[in-house]
Amino acid sequence: MDDTLLVMEGIDKSFPGVDALKKCCFDLKRGEVHALVGENGAGKSTLMKIIAGIYSKDNGALRYKGEDVVVQNPYAAQQMGISMVHQELNLMPHLTAAQNIFIGREPRRGLFLDENALNEKAQVIFDMMRLKVNPSTKITDMTVAKQQMVEIAKALSFNADVLVFDEPSAALTDVEIAELFRIIRQLKAEGVGIIYITHRLEELKEISDRITVLRDGLYVDTVVTKKTTIDQIIKMMVGRVIYESKPEIPDNPSEEVVLEVKNLSRGTEIKDVSFNLKKGEILGFAGLVGAGRTEVARAIFGADDFDSGEVIVNGKTVHIKRPSDAVAYDIGYLSEDRKRYGLCLGLDVTTNIAMTIFEKMTGLFGWVKDGNIYKIAKKIVDQLSIKTPSMEQKAKNLSGGNQQKLVVGKWLAKDADILIFDEPTRGIDVGAKQEIYSLLNELVKKGKSIIMISSELPEVLRMSHRVIVMCEGRITGELGYKDATQESIMQLATQRNGGNLSN
Amino acid sequence: MESKTVTKDKRKRADAVQQLLAFGALILLFVFFSFASEYFFTFSNVVGILIATAVNGLLALGATFVIISGGIDLSVGTVMTLCSVMSAVTIKNWGLPIPVGVIVGILTGGFAGFVNGIMISKLKLPPFIATLGMLNVARGLSLVITDLSPIYFPLETGFSQIAMGSVLGMIIPGFDIPNGVLIMFGSAVIAGLILTKTVIGRYCFAIGSNEEAARLSGVNIVFWKTAIYTLSGLFVGIAGVIIASRLNSAQPALGQGYELDAIAAAVIGGISMSGGEGTMVGTIIGAFIISTLTNGLRIMSVPQEWQIVVTGLIIISAVYIDIIRRHSKK
Repeated sequence: MDDTLLVMEGIDKSFPGVDALKKCCFDLKRGEVHALVGENGAGKSTLMKIIAGIYSKDNGALRYKGEDVVVQNPYAAQQMGISMVHQELNLMPHLTAAQNIFIGREPRRGLFLDENALNEKAQVIFDMMRLKVNPSTKITDMTVAKQQMVEIAKALSFNADVLVFDEPSAALTDVEIAELFRIIRQLKAEGVGIIYITHRLEELKEISDRITVLRDGLYVDTVVTKKTTIDQIIKMMVGRVIYESKPEIPDNPSEEVVLEVKNLSRGTEIKDVSFNLKKGEILGFAGLVGAGRTEVARAIFGADDFDSGEVIVNGKTVHIKRPSDAVAYDIGYLSEDRKRYGLCLGLDVTTNIAMTIFEKMTGLFGWVKDGNIYKIAKKIVDQLSIKTPSMEQKAKNLSGGNQQKLVVGKWLAKDADILIFDEPTRGIDVGAKQEIYSLLNELVKKGKSIIMISSELPEVLRMSHRVIVMCEGRITGELGYKDATQESIMQLATQRNGGNLSN
Repeated sequence: MESKTVTKDKRKRADAVQQLLAFGALILLFVFFSFASEYFFTFSNVVGILIATAVNGLLALGATFVIISGGIDLSVGTVMTLCSVMSAVTIKNWGLPIPVGVIVGILTGGFAGFVNGIMISKLKLPPFIATLGMLNVARGLSLVITDLSPIYFPLETGFSQIAMGSVLGMIIPGFDIPNGVLIMFGSAVIAGLILTKTVIGRYCFAIGSNEEAARLSGVNIVFWKTAIYTLSGLFVGIAGVIIASRLNSAQPALGQGYELDAIAAAVIGGISMSGGEGTMVGTIIGAFIISTLTNGLRIMSVPQEWQIVVTGLIIISAVYIDIIRRHSKK
């Protein structure tokens, strides 16, 4: 078949102590979207990094456009027409979109850079993507979604024939994902071969033509999307059947209000936000990225200031100036970005779990009771079944799911009563997601109260007793779990002109 | 419980390897200089090395807390001088007893550290700038207070006995290790315990590793950072008393450049400049490597200007070796 772009056969790759890939194969045709799925650590990223020249393979063959090739480095890959859009954005925030796209390849006029030509070249790509972005806007002034588009534009600027997307939708909201898919379909129509790595299985049906599943570094199967169900895919991924349990929401949590927020405001980010949280309740916060949900959470927790408003915990007005104040009121916050805000990656499992309780676990002169702390941390590791070779393992060596459990463990150690989970399942695999869900349910059964911010609607619908929807800094509506549907939430989430919340 | 002892042993072993490497380098230096000069490995010369390490070692202990917490303190040298000046003023000009002078000296260091801490944690100045400012303020204050001339302690007060007397020599005749050396080792043990066994030490690592994560875990960063710089300042204060005692005077022009030696000692001892990693044992070995090198080169009659060049090269290679070692571990 001459429309085959890329064939990989019998690829082996091992790192010290781990066989990351064993006899993997993969192929890609022109004008198709080939999805690559598997749990964290299945080897998806490793396989793609071999294609993109970031890793070299130990064994196996890589044929590109009919020829056996060795991809020496990322630069060589780009020259060959293979570009990768990375999971973490690799942009320089203080440079403009155009400067980022053509970094290292700037058009010059004599000794000087030609900024006009640079912007024009970037504009051509944006036009082709039908994207409204000013090439001279600095990255730092853009939303994450726009930044992602710039990253894609950068990949396209190499006239790519093969484009690898490594979890592009992880940080995007549904509307932004629709925009991403529009661009992907357009590229596909132009004959670009697209490899799409994702954790969001519901996207597969919408965007992919074929799906390849990896598990523990092994090739499982390649299937045609139309002839497969999501359940079959999940089964292949985990090697066992996971029952997508129906929401098990108790009739009503207690009527006791543990947290009340009144008229919280800050500039244009938070506009007159009022809501309450009941004991034993999971309160979902839905909305698009940038709707102000994280900002509200951080303001309540004392991580950021706010201009006006009142926070009432257990009936008493409290003045929370910094996170340590919030923790004193037994409020915990789990950030959406666990690596940046949740963990001390260079420190061990015990220290990370005990971060919230050191000051409580001390004797004379601030002497830390390491024995007791170890016992508590060990109990939490067992309770959450955190997979770690030892308690002294550094956090950075754990997988994404286990890192997330570590952050949860930190607040279990503190025994916080009010927990704010910001995107608790972002970037973690299906199995770990299930465990986080059951953990949340278990916590509310024990009388804890949870605010769950999530951009994944199925997750919000499945977990929440009530759903609060935000748009552009204000609350646009509140839905009970009976009334909440994907449609009703999306409608509120896009209610741009700020409907009054007294509906 | 069984698994606990096994894993703990493993961690201790990894730390031990790192320290063994630095310690091995120190031994190598000793062996080399002993062969190079017959005057090197004599009791009086080794005591000379020990006493020369005392001041830098104490400063380096303070610097280690700060560096592990992800900060930097450029003011330790001139603050040390200010501490010795305040000690001298208390004893000589105000006529107060020696213990009061010692305490005033140490507290001066603590206060300067406290001010550094407030500037960095509360006012959010970058540590480099805040302590650079403090470097100049302390240096200027020392000159103002002394009116540009050294203050000498009256000989009969016995102030010099604090660092240069020898309690050990009184117990074991002939074994005249100066008190200053004992004070440094004692301080190192205390600093080591604070770093590994207390909350403030644990928070040094946490803040140095990821300050925002620590803050969002409910660690009061303003309070603890201020505490860390204050603690560091107390060790600087002890160094100020020791150097005043050693010189039996407060020399207001002294002090600049000491901060770089202190940082160098920490770095040679394996403290990561990006924070979150390090041990007090490493720092002390680092301080010994610097003073052994200076002493040995001097004994071999290497001109002083070349000694400085060699010290620079040693710092660069020590850090490079550390980088290779960390890399190969991964």
